[in-house]
Amino acid sequence: MTRPVHEGVWVLAEQAGGRVLGVSHELLARGRSLADKRRTALTAVLIGHNVAPADLAELIERGADRVLVMDSPALEHFLVEPHAACLSHLIREHCPEIVIAAATSTGRTLMPYVAVQVHTGLTADCTVLDIDPASGALLQTRPAIGGNIMATIRTSEHRPQMATVRPHSMRPADRTPGRKGEVLRVSPPEALPAGRMRRVGFIPNKETHPLAAADAVVAVGRGIKKADNIPLAQKLADALDAALGASRDVVDRGWLSYPHQIGLSGKTVTPRLYVGLGVSGSIQHLAGMQTAETIVAVNTDPDAQIFHVADVGIVGNLFDVVPVLVKKINAARSAT
Amino acid sequence: MRIVVPIKQVPETSAVRMDEATGTMIREGVEAIVNPLDLFAIEAALRLRESGGGQVTVISMGPPKAAKALREAIAMGADSGVLLSDKAFAGADTWATGLVLAEAIRQLGPFDLVICGERATDGDTGQVGPGIASFLDLPVATYVSRIVSVADGVARVHRLVEDGYEVLDVDTPAVLTVVKEVADPRLPTLRGKQRAKAADLPVWGAAQLNLPADAVGLAGSPTRVVNIFLPKVARQCEKFPAADEAGIAQAADRVVALLKERALL
Repeated sequence: MTRPVHEGVWVLAEQAGGRVLGVSHELLARGRSLADKRRTALTAVLIGHNVAPADLAELIERGADRVLVMDSPALEHFLVEPHAACLSHLIREHCPEIVIAAATSTGRTLMPYVAVQVHTGLTADCTVLDIDPASGALLQTRPAIGGNIMATIRTSEHRPQMATVRPHSMRPADRTPGRKGEVLRVSPPEALPAGRMRRVGFIPNKETHPLAAADAVVAVGRGIKKADNIPLAQKLADALDAALGASRDVVDRGWLSYPHQIGLSGKTVTPRLYVGLGVSGSIQHLAGMQTAETIVAVNTDPDAQIFHVADVGIVGNLFDVVPVLVKKINAARSAT
Repeated sequence: MRIVVPIKQVPETSAVRMDEATGTMIREGVEAIVNPLDLFAIEAALRLRESGGGQVTVISMGPPKAAKALREAIAMGADSGVLLSDKAFAGADTWATGLVLAEAIRQLGPFDLVICGERATDGDTGQVGPGIASFLDLPVATYVSRIVSVADGVARVHRLVEDGYEVLDVDTPAVLTVVKEVADPRLPTLRGKQRAKAADLPVWGAAQLNLPADAVGLAGSPTRVVNIFLPKVARQCEKFPAADEAGIAQAADRVVALLKERALL
């Protein structure tokens, strides 16, 4: 049996309500760099319904050479079976060498399902993707064992090489107005497996500041002492226009709800600014926030683990420090 | 209702230490526990059994000592357990792990639900649950935060996504992966512990699962770890003692200056 030639880098663009999601533009930045190193074309795959043509053109302006679109009313919302049938079909027909998706609720569900269908390897939650100059293989680097070590993984024989990457771990690709490329509409496979799962409703988040996408995060740890003290942290969050997060301890004690939890068993955040208040910095928590661009920590314990990853550490009582911080930040804001 | 819960034994991560020289994990003295996120899957299964009757079977792929994890699940209330253990299973990536678990589930006979934890705290991939569903050619609802009902061959669930909760109807049999919100795990009871101690745990290897040795473990894994290294700690923490008013003011001024410098205000 001769092996088909696998060629090209694909990124999975995501859509909601007919609009391409911003995370797709982050993938284009990664995909473009891989495609250039492999001297090959970059394809954005979009599976959905009635996606705005301007958004498809934008995928090209941000680096895609080609956009493959599969459109059907059955594909409007993400449901794993029909979406997997489409992506597996495209992979079998076009034989890409590399397929990357965002580690979102969609990507983390669709990619493992498809990897089994097309019998290939998949690496979750990569923070670095690179091409091995010697072999041309995709080097997939991710934190392992709670972020204590980094592991580089290769898919040796099977193709395509598949990986998911953490959202917000890269800046979106720049836009070059007028950049040329091709939008190719492909019919979904004839028998779309629908029906075994149906979306019957949606309950939108009440939080005004979803944590995972926040540019700034104020997180509280056990040092906040009780639920009644949360408003103090909220004041700082408001001053910084930040979302409020928490360590596992705080959530386990019921001081904040689970959607606030940052860490291995909660959310991974990659904000531009992270401020930890009374957070000791367990491995479990660090794994969920240490990729933040700037880290500020307030803790009474000078040896707290959180200081190992912080840019600025304030060794002191948060109940004394936070009110001063809030005052000075608000003053600096109103001065600009 | 028949429910299968695949679980994993993991090192207690808060106790994990690294050998700085070799970049490997120090395993000595590290306690092995049931993956904390699997406890929510066990709890969700037990509650469904309590409300609708049925059987909860836990399975785990791992070395012989992983039997302890199964006994802990039985102590919580699971009815039975099967250990999937074979030297040939060693070194499996998520693909090869999903294959073994899916084959075991198939051999256990008809079922209504497979309920998995969202991911394991050591591997941290979350890929095995959807992988099992794909091997079994079943629908999967991931990140399930609430199981509203399971009746007449349909499970109604809430699925936690970035901007809210999807309400999904899934035909059974199906695979669910659950998040912490789904239920608070109970503690094992004394009676449960006694039952767990006495429980008979069959051990199935590759032969019992009719899987060729080259399809499982490292040999059957499409991915390979080619390098392991310690993450670079690039940050130099500037520490401010803030024990008095002057110290606090100085620290706060530094924070404000840094935020301005980095255009964060």
